[in-house]
Amino acid sequence: MPEVIVRKKMTCVEEIFHEGGPVAQRPLRRAAALAVIRNPFAGSYVADIERFSDDLKPLGLEMARALVVALGGDIRSIEGYGKGAIIGSAGEIEHGALWHVPGGYAMREVLGGAKAIVASTKKVGGPGTRLDVPITHINASYVRSHFDSMEVGINDAPRADEILLALIMTTGPRVHARVGGLKASEVKGEDGLR
Amino acid sequence: MKAKIRKIATFVEETRREMDREISPPTRKAAAVAVIENPCAGKYVEDLSELMAIGEELGDLLTSRAVAALGISGPSAESYGKAAAVGENGELEHAAAILHPKLGTPVRQVLGKGAALIPSSKKRGGMGVVLDIPLGHKDAAFVRSHFDGMEVRLNDAPRANEIMVAVAVTDSGRPLPRVGGLTKDQIKGEDGLR
Repeated sequence: MPEVIVRKKMTCVEEIFHEGGPVAQRPLRRAAALAVIRNPFAGSYVADIERFSDDLKPLGLEMARALVVALGGDIRSIEGYGKGAIIGSAGEIEHGALWHVPGGYAMREVLGGAKAIVASTKKVGGPGTRLDVPITHINASYVRSHFDSMEVGINDAPRADEILLALIMTTGPRVHARVGGLKASEVKGEDGLR
Repeated sequence: MKAKIRKIATFVEETRREMDREISPPTRKAAAVAVIENPCAGKYVEDLSELMAIGEELGDLLTSRAVAALGISGPSAESYGKAAAVGENGELEHAAAILHPKLGTPVRQVLGKGAALIPSSKKRGGMGVVLDIPLGHKDAAFVRSHFDGMEVRLNDAPRANEIMVAVAVTDSGRPLPRVGGLTKDQIKGEDGLR
């Protein structure tokens, strides 16, 4: 299968102190790792694409580790995650689906076996396309305080024959979370949901 | 701290390939962006010294963040730039008060030197406005390989009463410079120009 060719990478870290309410004791931090790779299937319909997922595994691990470092280096501080992809115009949405396994399992592995499914989104778009990547709690998808999202994008990517891959990690709930629901302190952590 | 900071974001871009050529070592740019309350929003304020003092604080904070994001020492930075976007209840002069009188000195302290003018841009805009931060070599403004720019954007800033302030630092010029002009090994570094 084709090799993974990275054109550029980007890391974004947001540190949120307040959003009009009390200043948080511990600011919320969100980090995104983005990689722009060549889409080996751009320009034509290729039936057999699945094995490219395996080729992406080392990149997934590299990005997941970079996120932990960007958020201070301690996996115990990571509470939320999400992933996404933007496929350039000569590709198809299915190419973005190749990121589900290597992106998701890389983060779960690096975080020591996180239980919850990794929330995700993807779309086809031109350079500068923005993607609102959904974020949920790493061990229990129903934790309401951790439903969040982060907007990502790069002005010159993805080109027509590229895919922009995104992984996101966060260190806590929304900065002024107060709409009830399952709390992080109540997580059983058995089924990945509650 | 005089500035009331709502959030800080850092962005790191690393370009590994351009037009299918390997860039080795990769070119790297970092930007640190603070979203602060505009103490002069909504009214005409004659004396902007409060904003000037905020600029001085942010010059140190944002440059330190950007250098740390690149993982380099201050003196190994090669180019820099600054920019601000004022929310709709402020005026362009507020951006000028932050950027021009006092922000530069701490930037140069963090970077060890910086004989050249720090290129800048400013605008007024709503949430999600794009800031194109101009970049130029920190010791000699005429180094042609280092004329560049970096785009930054935060979907939720600036709000009407906020200002977004950005400092960008690089450890390199454009990925494939080949339009001649003064090169970095020809810098005299006396007048900030050549």
